[in-house]
Amino acid sequence: MTEMVYGAAPVSGGEPVLPKWWRTIDRWTLSAVTLLFLIGILLGLAASVPLAEKNNLPPFHYVQKQLMFGSLALVAMLLTSMLTPQLVRRLAVVGFVVAFIGLLGLPFFGTDFGKGAMRWYSLGFASVQPSEFLKPGFIIVAAWMLAAAQEVGGPPGRAWSFMLCAVIVGILVMQPDYGQAALILFGWGVMWFVSGASLLRLFGLVGLVAIGGLAAYNTSDHVANRINGYLASDLDPRTQLGYATNAIQEGGFFGVGVGEGRVKWSLPDAHTDFIIAVAAEEYGLMLVLLIIALYAVIVLRSLLRLVRERDPFIRLAGTGMACIFGVQAMINMGVAARLLPAKGMTLPFVSYGGSSLIAGGIAIGMLLALTRTRPQGGIGDLLRGRAR
Amino acid sequence: MIRRPLRPLARILQARARGENPDAIERENLRLRHEVSRDADRERAESRLFVLGLCFALAFAGVGLRMGVLASTKPSEPRVAQGGAGIVATRAEIQDRRGRILATNLETAALYVHPHELVDPARAARELAKLFPDLDEARMLADFTGPRKFLWLRKVMSPEQQQAVHDIGEPGLLFATREMRLYPNGALAAHVLGGAAFDREDVRAAEIIGTAGVERSFDARLRDPGRANDPLQLSLDLTAQTAMEDVLASGMTLMNAKGAAGVLMDVHTGEVIAIASLPDFDPNARPAPPTKGDPTASPIFNRSVQGVYELGSTFKIFTVAQAMDLGLVNPETMIDTKGPMVKGRHKITDFRNYGPELSVDKVIVKSSNIGTARIALMIGAERQKAFLDLMGLTEATNIEISEARSGKPLLPPRWSDIVTMTVSYGHGFSTTPLHLAAGYAMIANGGTRVEPTLLRRDTPQYGPRVVSAKTAAQSLAMLRHVVTEGTAKVAEVPGYQVAGKTGTADKPKPGGGYYKEKVIATFASVFPADAPRYVLVVTLDEPVNTMGREPTRTAGSTAAPVAAELIRRIAPLLDLKPRIDPVQLDGITLTSN
Repeated sequence: MTEMVYGAAPVSGGEPVLPKWWRTIDRWTLSAVTLLFLIGILLGLAASVPLAEKNNLPPFHYVQKQLMFGSLALVAMLLTSMLTPQLVRRLAVVGFVVAFIGLLGLPFFGTDFGKGAMRWYSLGFASVQPSEFLKPGFIIVAAWMLAAAQEVGGPPGRAWSFMLCAVIVGILVMQPDYGQAALILFGWGVMWFVSGASLLRLFGLVGLVAIGGLAAYNTSDHVANRINGYLASDLDPRTQLGYATNAIQEGGFFGVGVGEGRVKWSLPDAHTDFIIAVAAEEYGLMLVLLIIALYAVIVLRSLLRLVRERDPFIRLAGTGMACIFGVQAMINMGVAARLLPAKGMTLPFVSYGGSSLIAGGIAIGMLLALTRTRPQGGIGDLLRGRAR
Repeated sequence: MIRRPLRPLARILQARARGENPDAIERENLRLRHEVSRDADRERAESRLFVLGLCFALAFAGVGLRMGVLASTKPSEPRVAQGGAGIVATRAEIQDRRGRILATNLETAALYVHPHELVDPARAARELAKLFPDLDEARMLADFTGPRKFLWLRKVMSPEQQQAVHDIGEPGLLFATREMRLYPNGALAAHVLGGAAFDREDVRAAEIIGTAGVERSFDARLRDPGRANDPLQLSLDLTAQTAMEDVLASGMTLMNAKGAAGVLMDVHTGEVIAIASLPDFDPNARPAPPTKGDPTASPIFNRSVQGVYELGSTFKIFTVAQAMDLGLVNPETMIDTKGPMVKGRHKITDFRNYGPELSVDKVIVKSSNIGTARIALMIGAERQKAFLDLMGLTEATNIEISEARSGKPLLPPRWSDIVTMTVSYGHGFSTTPLHLAAGYAMIANGGTRVEPTLLRRDTPQYGPRVVSAKTAAQSLAMLRHVVTEGTAKVAEVPGYQVAGKTGTADKPKPGGGYYKEKVIATFASVFPADAPRYVLVVTLDEPVNTMGREPTRTAGSTAAPVAAELIRRIAPLLDLKPRIDPVQLDGITLTSN
């Protein structure tokens, strides 16, 4: 027996990592994300030049930075996507705790970059926004709690996660960062919905959000101005929104031509919040529709794959991750198209940004890891006659 | 401690009875229940995930659709949105009864400065001071280099001035679009039109509001954006108005008067065809109200609707008409005119002694104060006051000139017998010339009241009846006699059968009492007497006719000739044909065989 074994080539028990990854990963989503990143670079070539000129930097300084951070983000995404769901959960929980502490420390060590809201840590070469990293962490933690609550005799995870959500939303509102607060709340709401919330309570939550929005409208001039500007039938062309709308109209179906756009020179946020306006002006409706289609592919494919998922935690975490990603993109584009009140939110993977790009890469990596093809006990179902 | 129920109880009890450990059974049961709930959860989650996916698909489609709609709309030139309370700069035109323009708008520009955008403030101030001598260079330079970010320099400019400012080439000098009110006829009908001024203004537009006259009384209607292209048509006739002001101005000079007022009114419709007050002003540059001196001497004071005067003997016809209407007298009734007539401390005299008695007709023709006072005593205070009320002589006229509201008649505080007597011949009771015109229109149109109006109307007014048609006809005949054989012979205009009454009233002193040498001379007339169409009231302030051997001040020699000239000029303009009676062929019998 012994010699038969001795000296034989070692055989690994499982499938090799890379082929397995390639076989099980959602290649559509992967390609869509990569495409979005490339589009971001393409638009950055146009949109970030004015900013570089203003700051007396070489014209493509921000493109180079974007390329660097984007590559890092893609690497982070690929690495994360290779993790098992369990490992994702473990690391995410740790990450969540770190990010949460970072969030709490903001009022003491943070900086507002003169924008009136304490959201960032300045690291010299880049700035880090803890809430960007908190978002995927929170999704994972909340999904874990909600999934645990589904076990017979499990902990009251729904209440715990809701309280956690409320605390984070409260901190974010105090910063104030209504956009991230809304995203967190939305992410939790979606997971709660999928985990089987009663519709009555769901409407209760919607009502609560409406009351909160009303309170914000009545107490904050800033919020009231944004909403009034949205409700007003006339658009003041001197506002960012006015420029953005005009840029979309100027672009028409095929755009005014590469580098010919004007809006990037008038909009201070052309390279971040209003990158879609730059895209619409220079490349026309074609590119805009392509971008929308790419986001739709990511969200819808992820959701469809999660329909087949049997593990409640993976299902919920994936849903939350895909939804906040999609909603962020939708809000950004909806604002530019005047479907929503003005709210500064970046277009994930396309807008210029350092830490947010890496956080986005990690989040998408987690989504990819969660939506990988796994044996789903289909045979067992068949045997028990519960086949679909 | 929290007790958990043992499930399935029956099997566990059996196992216990058999002495087996029931934990395995319990765990198996738990696993089964878990599986069931997981399946239920998963099925629910499946459907909810589909719902979620559908929502996202729809939302993405919506964003795409919206982008498509935006991309397919034409980009409009970025335009600053007008706020909710935008300034409406439009103002309707004003025309005369034949559609000739009295007031219109002209595009112009206002000049304002963004001092921080000036390249060379010193040069800008220097050039501007050269262009506009009324601007002070030193002060402008101080403003331009001061902390202000915005200041107005001029409200209106001529196109040449605008071009010159543009040629200075300063980016900080900016033009604001304006529409200004223009009165192309200058001072013509100045008191009717009044004037307009800028109210709220910004760099896009300025609001024009009426400050006086019809511009003020019709301000809301003229500013109504819905009626911007619908001109306001007045009853004035531009040619008649021109003749009125022309003749009145000459008459004022000839008669050495310090002021004059004239009202020409249609007796049936109440339309004011021409109305003037001299001295006047140019409404394009309306003078500010005087801050010192007599406000009634200012050119902006409207003597015809605002000025209240004792209009003297012109009132006698009202007294006589009322007495005839009441049946107290008829034109042939003889009235005692022995003078002087003493009543208490007052003494009433006539201009000349007209003998012991006169017929009512002669009382008017000769203008006897004593005769009129006696008739007034027959009427009594109560009925006299009621009659004046009925004629509308005791309250301000409703004419559409904003100043007319202040033209409220001055009534005697107590209506004693002596007041009744003086009021009967137009003393101690002050009204505007327009009131008088309305009163004469009543007599001329057959006895019904008319309200004077400045709006064009084509139908007669049928106001309340004041006196019977017969009384009106008899009164008119008396007025005609005044011109043919009485105090106003100079007022006869061949072919136009003028009927009228003179009135010469001493001017009251501000402190009380009357001036001896200062009079208000009025001639109120109706023409043509056989089919009355128009009433004309001419009032001269302190006239002296120095053309004769000795100066005279009576209305017959001052106001009446001016009125006659007015009728001579205006009647043909109003398409009134002169009627010349055929020559009587005395002693020749026309026969035919």
